[in-house]
Amino acid sequence: AQTMEERAMATERPHGFDFDLCNRNAWLEKQGLKQLKPWSTGTTIAGVVFKDGVVLGADTRSTAGETVADKNCEKIHYIAPNIYCCGAGTAADTENVTGMISSQLELHKFRTGRESRVVTALTLLKSHLFRYQGYVSAALVLGGFDCKGPHLFTVFPHGSTDSLPFCTMGSGSLNAMAVYEQSYKEDMTKEEAMELTKRAIRAGIFNDLGSGSNVDLCVITADGVEYMRNMDMPNPRTFTAVPAPFKVGSTTVLKHKVLPLEQSVTITTTEEEEQGGGESMDTS
Amino acid sequence: FPLPHWSRTRTTSGEPGGEREREREGERRRWTRRQAAMIPQSSLPSHIASGPHVSPFTNSNAGLQADHRSEDIHVPANAASVPFAVAPSTEHAEVNLGEPRKHTTSPYVTGNSVLAIKYKEGVLMACDMLGAYGSTKRYKSVQRVFKVNETTIVGASGEISDFQYISNLLEELTTQDFCYDDGCTLSPKEIHAYLCRVLYNRRNKMDPLWNSLVVAGVDTAGESFIGSVGMLGTSYTDSHVATSFGNYLSRPLFREFQRDDMSLEEAIALMQEALRVLFYRDKTSINKFILAKVSGGEGVAISKPFALDTKWDLKAFVNPSKHAVGSW
Repeated sequence: AQTMEERAMATERPHGFDFDLCNRNAWLEKQGLKQLKPWSTGTTIAGVVFKDGVVLGADTRSTAGETVADKNCEKIHYIAPNIYCCGAGTAADTENVTGMISSQLELHKFRTGRESRVVTALTLLKSHLFRYQGYVSAALVLGGFDCKGPHLFTVFPHGSTDSLPFCTMGSGSLNAMAVYEQSYKEDMTKEEAMELTKRAIRAGIFNDLGSGSNVDLCVITADGVEYMRNMDMPNPRTFTAVPAPFKVGSTTVLKHKVLPLEQSVTITTTEEEEQGGGESMDTS
Repeated sequence: FPLPHWSRTRTTSGEPGGEREREREGERRRWTRRQAAMIPQSSLPSHIASGPHVSPFTNSNAGLQADHRSEDIHVPANAASVPFAVAPSTEHAEVNLGEPRKHTTSPYVTGNSVLAIKYKEGVLMACDMLGAYGSTKRYKSVQRVFKVNETTIVGASGEISDFQYISNLLEELTTQDFCYDDGCTLSPKEIHAYLCRVLYNRRNKMDPLWNSLVVAGVDTAGESFIGSVGMLGTSYTDSHVATSFGNYLSRPLFREFQRDDMSLEEAIALMQEALRVLFYRDKTSINKFILAKVSGGEGVAISKPFALDTKWDLKAFVNPSKHAVGSW
């Protein structure tokens, strides 16, 4: 029989980096298993700080290799009522990392009794990503508004962060950054910031193959959050899947023959049915 | 800014010029005898007409000590003495003629983006003046736009030495055109087609000219033309073109704002915005640019170097980690 301490020691997980699954994956690959390609959000995500808050923007295309996996996915993730986070990179990583940090933040909020701060989310994210040395492939644009004002940060997969007035991430980041560098001004109004971010995401959508479909925007101010899902849809579906029905008279009628059904089908009713609304199924 | 004078009889190790001249003459005679039957006498520039590729800068291999400090002429004495060159194949003796076939495996001195847009009266081209040696900003007065004739300019990004070679070819072409004295000048479309063939043929010989070229101009009929050719021979024409980093940073701006009926002022403003973004976000770039324009009535004009205003004192850059200690 083990003592309590011995049992605790046996189940205690080792501290530090745990790369067991990497070893397993390498072994599997050697056995011939083809590595599953991760669904990546080849993406354009962007954020800009304006006078009273933060505007976050993202496209909505999710790719698996060279195919579009999801034409209208959501890349702006909820972290806290006053903090949202755009994610680029492997979709599973961005969704789970932001979900985890969101849960941790909510517990923390109950513990402290205060509104979450953006730097708390930032520190939780960067510590987690650094622990995994870049293997958790999540490149994030984190924005929010707390008691200290509006904040905008980028988080890279290896765990480094930047605090910036405007930033872009993803495969379309250079295209969006060109628009930001051209038109950014300090102390913009909300409308100017929204228009600028929409232009930046559109630059990514139309100039980068990994980004496409629609533009999502999220505006965070002291008054709250405005989540504008699909606020701009510059790629409408212009073809119909089902063709419109043909007009009567489109095809020439050669012969016209009507067979009334009573001539071919004899309808008989038995006595039982006449009496009692009988069973349609013979169960005898 | 004229192109740096490129002397063909440049010696690297003090060998007397006369001896080399005689050797080259002998070789040239050898080629003509061999190749005369295969290739008819044509009016192409000598380096293309003489059959297999021969760089104008090669010297006879025998006894020549390679000067490895010179990046301009790179003539290896033997395959082992050069770290990056593919070993010259000695099996194809009749093609080689004792000279190494050089394979450009990596560029050394490079230029970055070239941008070109059409406007109402003609075309506008811009680039910076940097010749980078890896990540060192080595030559800061390199003019990467070459005036071919009164109708055309050619800009290049990529390996500067290959661009200088292309400039020589174009100069030969223009000289020949002048000597014909038939009242016709080469149009930008023709020069673009010529460069496509040159680059594609070099790529087929596995010896590419490591450049992305932009050909822009207005022909005598007044029609503007902008075309691009890459080092693989990929070519296309459009109303606006960008190479290298400009593909990502400038093309979105051109697609949004460029129109074929822009005025010159609007075109210059758009070009300056694109150049500024490139300077902000491209690592190997400097704040020293030239603009070149070709317009219907006035021919080619290349500006003096200029710098753009840049803004680095955004409030948010002052103390970025104020609210996020440990960030930057």
